Amino acid sequence: MKSLKMKTFLILAILGVSALMGFATLAKAEGTALTDQDLTSISAPASTDEIAAKGDPGADFTGNVRDVTVSDSKKGLTLADLANQAGQNKIAINFVWTLICGFMVMFMQPGFALVETGLIRAKNANHTMMMNFMVYSLGLFAYYVCGFAIQMGGVAPVANLGGLYPLNGEHVVNFLGKPWALFGTKGFFLHGTSYDVGVMVMFLFQMVFMDTTTTIVTGSCAERWKYSAFCVSTIGLGAIIYPLFGNWAWGCGWLSQLGVNFGLGHGYCDFAGSGVVHAVGGLTALACAMIIGPRIGKFNRDGSPNAIPGHDLVLVLLGCFILAFGWFGFNPGSTLGASGNGALRIGSIAVNTMLAGCTASFSALLYMWIRYGKPDASMTVNGLLAGLVAITAPSGFVNPIGASVIGWVAGFLVCLSVEFFDRVPKIDDPVGAISVHGINGIWGVIAVGLFADGRSNYGGSWNGVNGSVKGLFYGDPGQLVAQLIGVATLVGIIFTMSFLWNWLVDLIVGQRTSAKAELAGLDIPEMGALCYPDFQLKAQDYAGSSSQTSKAESLSKS
Amino acid sequence: MIIDEIGRIGETYTPEYLNREEITQMKMVTCIIRPEKLESITNTLDKLHIVGMTVTDVRGFGRQKGQVEHYRGGEYTIRFIPKVRIDVVVPDEDVKKVIEAVSRTARTENVGDGKIFVTNVENAMRIRTGEVGTSAL
Repeated sequence: MKSLKMKTFLILAILGVSALMGFATLAKAEGTALTDQDLTSISAPASTDEIAAKGDPGADFTGNVRDVTVSDSKKGLTLADLANQAGQNKIAINFVWTLICGFMVMFMQPGFALVETGLIRAKNANHTMMMNFMVYSLGLFAYYVCGFAIQMGGVAPVANLGGLYPLNGEHVVNFLGKPWALFGTKGFFLHGTSYDVGVMVMFLFQMVFMDTTTTIVTGSCAERWKYSAFCVSTIGLGAIIYPLFGNWAWGCGWLSQLGVNFGLGHGYCDFAGSGVVHAVGGLTALACAMIIGPRIGKFNRDGSPNAIPGHDLVLVLLGCFILAFGWFGFNPGSTLGASGNGALRIGSIAVNTMLAGCTASFSALLYMWIRYGKPDASMTVNGLLAGLVAITAPSGFVNPIGASVIGWVAGFLVCLSVEFFDRVPKIDDPVGAISVHGINGIWGVIAVGLFADGRSNYGGSWNGVNGSVKGLFYGDPGQLVAQLIGVATLVGIIFTMSFLWNWLVDLIVGQRTSAKAELAGLDIPEMGALCYPDFQLKAQDYAGSSSQTSKAESLSKS
Repeated sequence: MIIDEIGRIGETYTPEYLNREEITQMKMVTCIIRPEKLESITNTLDKLHIVGMTVTDVRGFGRQKGQVEHYRGGEYTIRFIPKVRIDVVVPDEDVKKVIEAVSRTARTENVGDGKIFVTNVENAMRIRTGEVGTSAL
């Protein structure tokens, strides 16, 4: 057949050309460079007519030289086309990876919603679900207006996402002879030069991380937070507080430049955000819980705490698994790509994530079982989440053994922390948000300074310092110092900012619902509808002493 | 006949002294209260050394009318309001102090505080030991 002849001729031509080229390279000491001319003889394994005639079930003919984008059809395929296609493929892979991971992190929102709602009483379920629901839209809009710009306005260049060159505005002050980058100045409303395909990907990915922070706060303030106060508080967190620390750590801000400026390791390193996301969220949760105060009936007059059981453990455990699944987007996605600059470490990061969650759930389970006689479902959930939180910062820098140890410690830490906050400062935290995210977020930040093993390689440097991130146990004590400076910033600056902001919201809007509303259950007074109208809700009876009930009575009289 | 058989079955389970005349003189005090008052009323009864009560979650209304709520743009009325029913059986001489203590604890002087009903109780028995009368309380 004519086509068969053509095929044979072309194959022979290719072989001939290849042979000539091969001889040419052997003959000369220096090889001649490829030219566009050499590309004209390359042809696809099958013509379009042939594929149309028989289909391609075995993928023998699909995806070939015909699919390379040719910039000028008159010139045909050129070397420039090949090079550009290779570059674009890398960016495309990275875009797809980052976006899919971002979508998975968005899916952590229902995870948080379920965990929190399962741990509170049925009479508050509507209110709690609605808080976790609206935190997405409120946070997103605050971040779109100014949060993203403040955090990432000056982050360029970002190699994995094609450069992000328009994000080149950062406000820097000079102090002690060093530049201190404070906040970004490009990207407001994603307008103007920020209307850029790479910037869009970065925005989506960073936004879902910010949303994780804002949804943490709803946990510690559940069952007594006024919905209007929640809205205002969340907007402040998403627009200003989170983006500031995010800029300092990830937006080429001063914390990340501690290595470049002061020789402290690679500066503050936080791979996926134990500090930026979880500690900020946990410390804000602490600030809000301190301002709002404990639930009625939680503490007796003599200070002893009462247990207030949640209404549906199924939701809690289900929510935990949804979070664990979403975390596969949280940590591995923070490479911002799967191609180039060490991004192939995504498998290692995912395994570190799994391992830390697993060992943390073990240690929490064992602690509760041995100490209190029975394995406790909600504490095991808190344990697994604590492990995931703690591995978030070190996930890109540690090996599986380090990850397992970090998780193991996190499980014990969260159990001890929950007991501590109930007994010592007497801060009521219905879901353990402060312990899971705040305390273990800080542990994760410190763990980088200990366990980073120096075997990762993300393009030869990190935060502008050459070499691989190493912790104390692998020979770099400066890294630990940088991490501790990060912790000090979190506790000293971010916690203070959150406290002041929420104190202001309390002054202007009023954070806490009235006692009458709280006792009746927030669903009707705040949201106007019961979550479970078909069910008879039980009247609460806590094993509290009579001394604290007089407070409840006097409050309900108001 | 069947009736005889039933009677005989009853005999094997009923201790003899149920046939004796006992001085009972007990009353059942039924309190319909606000759910959030349950704990304080339990503690009040505790202080009065009233041992034993039955609690049911109920809903109802008295003069307190329902509430109007909104759902997806439409109005609806919640007619029945959740309350808690506490049943205690006390000897006659304690009825007055129980009523007084419970009403004092439960009163908020707002509509919806609830009601207390007193009914006669013919007899009572502790299943474990077979005691009847006020010693069953």
